[in-house]
This record gives sequence, C-alpha cells and structure tokens, in this order.
Amino acid sequence: MGASHTQDETPSIPDVVIRLAGNSQDGIQAVGGFLARLAGRSDQEVMTYMTIPSTISGGPSIFQVRMGSGEILSSGDRADVLVAFYQHSYESHRASLRPGGVLLYDSDHVKPDPDDKTITAVGVPMTSATVEAVGGSSKEKGKNIYVLGLLARMFDLDIPKLTQLIKERFGGKNEDIVRNALLAFDAGYAWSAENLRYRLERAAAPVPGAPPQVTTDGNTAIAYGLIAAGVRYGAAYPITPWSSIMEILRVELPKYGGIFVQCEDEIAAASTALGFSYGGNLAITGSSGPGLSLKMEALGWGTMAEMPLIVVNVQRGGPSTGMPTNIEQSDLLQAIYGSHGDCPRVVLAPQNVEDCFYLAIEACRIARQFSTPVIILTDQALATRIEAFAEPELAKLMIEAKPDLSPREATFKPYPLDQVQRHAPPGSVMGSGKYPTVSGLEHDELGHPSASPAMHMKMTAKRREKIKAVANDYAAPEVFGDESGDALLIGWGCTYGPIREAVGRLRGAGVKVGHLQIRHIHPLDNGLENIFARYRKILVVEINDEGLYGYGQLATLLRARYANPAIGSITKTDGLTYKVSEIFERVAQHLELGDTTFGMRKQSVLALPKRS
Amino acid sequence: MSSPALATPPPAPGAPLTKKALTADHPTWCPGCGDFAVLASFYKVLEKLNYPQEKIVTFAGIGCSSRFPYFVNSHGGHYIHGRSLPFAAGISLGRDDLHVFVFGGDGDGFSIGGNHLVHTARKNPRMTYVIMDNSVYGLTKKQTSPTSPIGFKSKTDPWGAFDQPINPMRTLINSGATFVARSHATQVNHMVEMMLKASQHDGFSVVEILSECVEFFEGAFDGAVPRKGGAWQTIELKKNDGTPEDALRHDPTDEVAAFKLAAEPWPGKFGIYYENKVRPTKNALEQKLIANTREKTKHASDLELLSKTFARMR
Repeated sequence: MGASHTQDETPSIPDVVIRLAGNSQDGIQAVGGFLARLAGRSDQEVMTYMTIPSTISGGPSIFQVRMGSGEILSSGDRADVLVAFYQHSYESHRASLRPGGVLLYDSDHVKPDPDDKTITAVGVPMTSATVEAVGGSSKEKGKNIYVLGLLARMFDLDIPKLTQLIKERFGGKNEDIVRNALLAFDAGYAWSAENLRYRLERAAAPVPGAPPQVTTDGNTAIAYGLIAAGVRYGAAYPITPWSSIMEILRVELPKYGGIFVQCEDEIAAASTALGFSYGGNLAITGSSGPGLSLKMEALGWGTMAEMPLIVVNVQRGGPSTGMPTNIEQSDLLQAIYGSHGDCPRVVLAPQNVEDCFYLAIEACRIARQFSTPVIILTDQALATRIEAFAEPELAKLMIEAKPDLSPREATFKPYPLDQVQRHAPPGSVMGSGKYPTVSGLEHDELGHPSASPAMHMKMTAKRREKIKAVANDYAAPEVFGDESGDALLIGWGCTYGPIREAVGRLRGAGVKVGHLQIRHIHPLDNGLENIFARYRKILVVEINDEGLYGYGQLATLLRARYANPAIGSITKTDGLTYKVSEIFERVAQHLELGDTTFGMRKQSVLALPKRS
Repeated sequence: MSSPALATPPPAPGAPLTKKALTADHPTWCPGCGDFAVLASFYKVLEKLNYPQEKIVTFAGIGCSSRFPYFVNSHGGHYIHGRSLPFAAGISLGRDDLHVFVFGGDGDGFSIGGNHLVHTARKNPRMTYVIMDNSVYGLTKKQTSPTSPIGFKSKTDPWGAFDQPINPMRTLINSGATFVARSHATQVNHMVEMMLKASQHDGFSVVEILSECVEFFEGAFDGAVPRKGGAWQTIELKKNDGTPEDALRHDPTDEVAAFKLAAEPWPGKFGIYYENKVRPTKNALEQKLIANTREKTKHASDLELLSKTFARMR
C-alpha cells in the first residue's frame, strides 16, 4: 500500500500515523486531541494512544494519532510522521518511524543523525518561529499549536474546522489566548513545505441521516454511560487512571440533581456508594487496582446483602503502586475472585471507547435486575485513548431511575431462596409491619441472622445461581473471521483493535482464524465451548503475566472452565498496548507459520517515488 | 415457602409509634449487659420523636453493640466492621427525607473506623451516631480496645495494657463533630435526653454512652455510679440569666471550654460537651450546589443536558 498520485500531484494516502513526542507540559495531548476530533468531525476513523509520565510535572510524553478512511482499529504499530520536540524525543522515538516516514524536528533543540537516509528529516525552528509569531511574554507556549499548523498544511486538513476547534477549546479563556493560538497556528501553516504535501483519502460519504461522529476517551464514555443509565450518586477516592471519571461525575451529577462524594479512602468510598444504593439509588464507586483491593470487604457485603452497585476498575500496571500510568490487564482474577468467602459477582470488560458507554448501561441494567455488585473492568489504554464513534441515540437509551418506595406486600421477603428480590429501600412501608434488616451475616429469607449449615448452603447456592442466570440475558457472542479453522484468537478489553487487525493479516496469509472478544468476563457467555470446539487452537491474548503455571489470567479461567487443552496463552507485561505485529508473530509461532511479518507495512505510506 | 406470619399487625398510618411496634428480634446480649438499657432508651427516644416508622433507619458495624439494628423494627442494616459511618453518610446524603441512626462500639468507632469518624465529623452529614463504649472487645472475648485504660489486663495484654487510650470527647470535638455528648448506661433518663437532643441536632451528632460489659470488663464504669461508690456529675449548661452561678455553667458553643471538660480526670462529667449550630450540614451544602448548578443549566432536562454534552464531542 503506497501513496498514489492525484491529478494535482498531491499524493493521496488512506491513513496516517502521527507520533508527537515531547514533554508532558508541551500540550502535545492537546494537538493529538485536535487531530482526533477533526477526524471525528470529518467522518474519518481515528484512534489515539498516549503515554503520560507518572511524575508530578514534566517528563517525556507521547501522543500518537492514527486517522484516515477505512476501519481504524489500532493506533498503529509504527509512525509515518514523528514530531520530535527535543533531542531525547528524537532519540527515544526514532525507531518508531517506518522507513520512508517523515521526521519533523524542532531545529532549535534537535540534531538528528545526518547519516540517517531511510527517512525524510525536516528541521523546523518550532520554538523560535512560535516565539516570533506570538510575541509578547508567552515564550514558547503555543509551539504545540504551531505544529498543528504544520501538520494541517502537510495533510491538507480542514482549516475552518480546525480553527473552530481551537476557538472552542480556548474560547472560555481570555481573548488573548485564542488570538495567540491562532497566530501560532497560522505561522505553522505558513511554513513552506512544498515537497511535503499529502491528502488523506476521504471516507465514504456518510449515509444521509446517520448520526454524527463523536470523539472522546474511554473514561469519559463510561462516565456519561452511567449518567445515561440513570446513575445519579457515587463516591470515590482519587487514583490514576481512574480519577478522571470521578472528576467528571463530581461536576456533572449536580446538574442532574445528584451527588458525588470524594471520600477519605477507598473503603469509605465503597461504603458510601453502597449507602446510596441502600437508599434506593443505584450508585457507582471506582478505582484502579490497589483501590479495588481495598474495596473488597465492602464488595463481599454487597454480594451477601444483595445490594446493587457499580464498581469501575481502571486497570494499570501492578502489583502495588507498580506502573500507575501504564496499561496492564492483571486485575481480572481479583475482579472475579477478590474478596473473601464464596462471593460471586458480575464482571464486564468494554472492548473499545464506544463500548465503554454501552457496557456501562448494560452494567446498570444487570445491577438493578439482579440486585448485585457489577464490576466494569476497563484499563489505562481505554481510559486515555480517543476514538470516534457514532453519537448514541440518547432519547432511546436514557433511563430515569427513582427509588422504588412503593408499599411492599405482607409477604415480602428481603432474601427469598427461589427468586431475585429487589431491595426495598427505607421509606417503603412494609405491609407485614416488619421492617427488613439488610445483613452481612448469613441470614434466612427474612434477613434474620442464621448460623444454620443448611441455610448457609441454600443461600450460597441462591447467590451463585442468581449470578449464573445473568448470562441467560446476554446476546450470543459474535465470532469475527473464520467460523472454524486453525485458531480462534480471544481477547478482552483494549486488545480488541490490534487482535482484529492481526486476524485480518493472518487471514491474508491464508490462515483460517477467528476472533472473539470477551466482554462478559463473569459469568461467561453461554455456549463458548461449542465455538471453541471448531478450532484447532484457542489463543488467549492478554496484557498480564503467564503466572506460575504458564497461562495468562483469562486463559487460566477458560482452561479451568472448559478443561480444553487447545487453550493457549499469549501474554506480555511491558506496560504498552499490543502492536498488531506482536500478536501476528506470537500467533505465527503457535501455529508454526514460516513468515511472521506477513502483511506488515514495511514502508511508510509517505514514502514516495521522487516527483519529476 | 409459606408467607411469614404477622407478628404484629402494621400500625394504622399516623398512629403514634409505640415500643411494641419498634420491638424486633430479642436481643442476643449477655444478661446484665449495659446495651439493654441503651436499647430501651432508644425506643423511648423514637416514641418521643414519633417519626413515620418507614423513615427511620438504624445501621451498625460489627461488635456486640452493633447487633442493635436487629432489635429495632425499622429499616436498617448490619454492615462491615468500622465502616458504618460512610455507609450511613450515603443513606443520609442520598435520601434527605430519612432519619439515620448509627450504633456501634468503641472498637468499631475509635479503632478500625477511626479514620471514618474523623472524616464524617469533618463532613457533617445529618445523622446521629451512638457509640456504646465498653472499653473492651467483647464479641471476640476480651482483647484490649482503643478505650481500655492503661493497666487493663486482656488476652492481648495479659500484663496490663500500656498503649495510651483514646479520649473520646477530645477526639470527637477535635474532629469537628457538631454535637458531642456523653452519657452512661445506668442513667436511662439522661441517655434519653442526650439521644433526643442529638437526633434533634441538624448535623453529625455523637453520643458516647459508657455501657458496661459484665462478662469481660466488669465494673469498668463504677466510678460514675453512685451506688457503687462513684460520682455522677452532669454538665450544667449556661442559662444566660446573668446570675453569678451561671458564670460557672458550661457554654456548649465554647470549644475551648469543651476541651477543658474533656481533659477532666476519670470519670469526668456527663452531658453535652459541644454543640455547633452554625456550621451547615453536608446535606445542605450539596443541595445548595445542586440548586445553584440547576439554576445555571436553566433547569434543563436530563436528556437536554446529556445531548448537549455529546454535541460538544462532535
């Protein structure tokens, strides 16, 4: 796949991967965000990837955006354009540039290797040009917007839409900031780069009447999914990368008449959220790995007392403080089996940013219908990644949920053995004249403490069967690709895109392979064993360690559940999302394919035959 | 399974609350336990308050005294050890129409739940917290508690405890609780008065009740029981009548005076140490935030609000 020439001699490319490398205070996330939102507004597919240092201020940081036509499933293994603000940015990220790609470096700070001829290196005085353009006391602030101007010229981006985005972004602040941003943008745009002009292929025209695209990150999508599902109360404690959800909810919920409480610790947060739920308002708490561990005793109570609750866990690298700003999927077993005693609960894992929104709504349905805690197991990659997706049909999706304070029949039992009972919140008049005590002690059907072995067996079975029944309402799992054959690739969470692209590449190489992304982690979808039986190998791709017995966490669970020796495991723990090539190579090794690089773009789309 | 038998017919709507209507399971406490008297006093308080029964919530953590909710016929629950305050804060903040009471012991409140006590006091949600302090872990059969005196011989300190005990009154005043009182399980009228005033206080009100564990710390609070040779001294509150004796009375709004009272030697005085009627509750502040925010949104509907948010993401 290379660039093709259009009539006006500007080469046309299907998609491009741009990596911006600088320090965390340079505002490169803002540039990435502008590009992502522009792509969304242009009905183009877009996906981003970023790393944030866990230092308080400063430190190297990158933002990678892939935009173009066609289905963009991953942020791209390697970049076509590298923007390097500093020498360290250049040195750390030069290798991420595909042969034939373009290095845009700040000639005020970077001295690239003069012998490096496999790429096109273009020096631009980003810092001094920005200072010159903006003037005044703003120093080099705004060089990110200068770079945006450069990229806009290079890729013939939609200027009215971009300037509109800049105005929206800075419009709330004082006029000078908008003016300076536009000055920096114009200066970047005016920089002459005659031989560096490309045109992104237009996406197919949107279907008339189709919803517009929205562009956002996974944490934001979860927060607004919960609001759409009628969640109005919550409590939490700050921890990276969970915090942005609580920040959004703290500001947004009062608009909807709700309350979000910042608590003294993770345990108090889980408890306050359970208190809200007990009051009849399904509530949310959330955290990241270590915080989820702290909430576990409270979650055990939630299972025992049969209280609905939403718990969001944004996974990061562990154990302990681990790698707080990196991706890892190592909380799966904690989410399912954490806490004490036999404590079945529901665990769901969204597969992309759009799914963060819809799975949050599904989580609320399950929590209410089955009166149980539900964990949404997302991760750092989904939390911070920006994707474009069709705007949800809110009028159809939104739920108005009020506490059910209707009088309860005299026959009401808080914990019947033969059915799921929805909690009767205070304010409900009890027809029997007997008011229920919700309890963490083992109890009989009326909630009285019971140490009877027979009752404990019955209640344990009741709580187990209740959670098993959740799977009966799931839509049948969908397999992408070959319905049977050499291998079924299984993933969960943020690995969806790279696995899907790897499957495309493997099929291109003649391998019969399917893809199944598991969103319902616990309970699992019914009937998976029938799907598994159709493949020679089932390879579970996840970002965690193979453990003492050689299998990643989901692979361990699936092997225990299905006792199928064909289930194998592909794991890694480098704190980064999977590259398509990594998955391809590991699968190729499992299947003993000769070529492990098949279908990889070996040259950048920007590599051009020299124009005459 | 057949439907449960009606032990008592439901009271007619609006009928006054009676002890009969409020009685639930028979208490499981040991004979002679101080907690029986606290329970009996609480029934009296509820009779006087006469709230609609379905609006009363009784919650507790873990410990002997935390069995309380099973013995009160109201909505309620038995939560995990030490965490009933943040749970109850959720009930109170989410449901401003309810009357929330939390019961617990000294281990629940001052030890495992110590952090929550401080922060609940700081946040000042509308609820009443009764700490039944027996200065020993009773449910687990005699270990040192955070209020066990120095020298107390327990299974975890057979040679006598040597960690400095918590001073409950000082801790509570310092945390910012807006109503702090102290009572004794042998003084029913006093307990009723303290719990009643606490429940009428608009904010986080705490009553510590010395409640003897006859099994594991017999005679712990005899120092305040006249028939056991102790001294029962109540706090006389200022009447602001300009008389010379009034100058000696306690002003519960005076924090420094409250700290001085808290520093008195054992057994100290009983009554209201501190009351702050000025500081707004978290309930009120959150409702104000909601009202102001709703005003700014021009009372837009939920659908309008969320649609606007998504429109900004286009």
